[in-house]
Amino acid sequence: MHKLLARLRLLGRAGLEGFEALGRSVIMLSRAIFGRSVFGSRYQLLLAQLYSVGVLSLVIITVSGLFIGMVLSLQGYNILVTYGSEQAVGQMVALTLVRELGPVVTALLFAGRAGSALTAEIGLMKATEQLSSMEMIGVDPLKRIVAPRFWAGFISMPILALIFSAVGIMGGAMVGVNWLGIYEGSYWGVMQNSVSFTDDVLNGIIKSVVFGFVVTWIAVFQGYDAIPTSEGISRATTRTVVYSSLAVLGLDFVLTAVMFGGL
Amino acid sequence: MELCEDPYIEMQGLSFSRGERVIFDKVDIAIPRGKVTGIMGPSGTGKTTLLKLIGAQLRPDRGCVLVDGENTTTMKRSKLFSVRKKMGMLFQSGALFTDLSVYENIAFPLRVHTDLSEALIRDMVLMKLHAVGLRGARDLMPSELSGGMARRVALARAIVLDPEMIMYDEPFVGQDPMAMGVLVQLIRMLNDALKLTSVIVSHDVRETASISDYIYVVGDTHVLGFGTPQQMLNSEDPRIRQFMQGLPDGPVPFQYPAKDYREDLLGSGDA
Ligand SMILES: Nc1ncnc2c1ncn2[C@@H]1O[C@H](COP(=O)(O)OP(=O)(O)O)[C@@H](O)[C@H]1O
Ligand SMILES: [Mg+2]
Repeated sequence: MHKLLARLRLLGRAGLEGFEALGRSVIMLSRAIFGRSVFGSRYQLLLAQLYSVGVLSLVIITVSGLFIGMVLSLQGYNILVTYGSEQAVGQMVALTLVRELGPVVTALLFAGRAGSALTAEIGLMKATEQLSSMEMIGVDPLKRIVAPRFWAGFISMPILALIFSAVGIMGGAMVGVNWLGIYEGSYWGVMQNSVSFTDDVLNGIIKSVVFGFVVTWIAVFQGYDAIPTSEGISRATTRTVVYSSLAVLGLDFVLTAVMFGGL
Repeated sequence: MELCEDPYIEMQGLSFSRGERVIFDKVDIAIPRGKVTGIMGPSGTGKTTLLKLIGAQLRPDRGCVLVDGENTTTMKRSKLFSVRKKMGMLFQSGALFTDLSVYENIAFPLRVHTDLSEALIRDMVLMKLHAVGLRGARDLMPSELSGGMARRVALARAIVLDPEMIMYDEPFVGQDPMAMGVLVQLIRMLNDALKLTSVIVSHDVRETASISDYIYVVGDTHVLGFGTPQQMLNSEDPRIRQFMQGLPDGPVPFQYPAKDYREDLLGSGDA
């Protein structure tokens, strides 16, 4: 009985701490992105971050997109060919990528590649007192450090997801058309007929916008809130990847249910 | 204890704890304007914390902090940032921005807070670098500096906006004897030439006593004493004597609060 109560209390405390952290993260984000900027040339900071968060993620995104498209095409062909409908491979590859795998896999890769880097970078700046010294110089690190990184992630994610899907579709064509010999006209034609811009492409973009917001928010908050020791930073980095992945997969279900589930 | 007439910083009834651990319990500290004030005490007593309370990076649990007559404890965030422009702070590690060169680190406060032309910025940066003896290091990155050099660059950065007050957190740690002498002179010179108010937080008794006009000794959540360095060195108070003369143990415990040593060693592991 006593042990049970203790467990319950522990659970309660964990819950409260979770809500407290959520509150802190909301305050942090709103302070970072609302209100007057302290720095005139903010867009230069943003450009620098777009480069390190977005451009440097391009390699992993394109390579992964290419392979996933190729695998989808191969798997789809093997299934569809038994029904004699291998022309539909293009449709299948495109819909899978645009609706689901593009936004989701991009977000997962992004959390691992860019999110963890953001957390570690901000956490280290905190541990080496760079954030404190910036505050003492009279510059708000939320505006100068956190805001440009947040916006860079938010902007990069949908673009990366689109690139991922496009490259994947081309990878699918490489395998389907050039290797397995599907008629090129039907690969692209069926795809064009069945993929709708608003229902599929736009919904996919909305998904990746949501993922971009959530993943980058988690990443910058974990860095900013990290305990400023090496252990604290390593834990924060792990948390970024774990929380982001769970959030992306959970939100994907919710969004899919709303968009495609006929709710 | 005499209180100075015209304090630049005034802390009244200040209490602060970290979790369960009380760091300060109702302390009153006044930092006289235009003087060098040393704040001394064993490590871990909360000297760095005290500086962060002055800079309002931490908020006290109780009591207030007045900076030049303005209460920073109730101040809005945006107002705080403008008050902080009047203070320079030299962090223990230097805290240079690792993505900027030495030159850009020092130019940073100027670029953010002024509209000076590039030529003027250059002149000011080089003057401050010259003052700390590192004009030749302008193109290095912080990772290429030794700890002592990084601290001197940070000092140049802290004074580049000509603050009214400057706080030094352990400035003497890790300086070689020559740099130490230069630094001691520099702190004194900056204070007198620029009419600054200086606060030095340190546990190096000799150096701090040699340049301070006044000294606070803190320990055990309280202010143990206040006075001129001579008064502190000759103090009759056993707790101050213990610290100033470097006696290993005395009324102020050297140990972080813990349970009885004997009991701890012999006790069964059932905690
Ligand atoms: N961020 C922090 N979180 C929790 N405790 C801290 C933190 N920073 C310092 N402390 C604790 O506060 C006390 C005072 O620290 P500090 O002000 O750095 O001491 P000093 O500068 O005098 O050596 C220490 O016991 C330290 O363990
Ligand atoms: Mg300290």
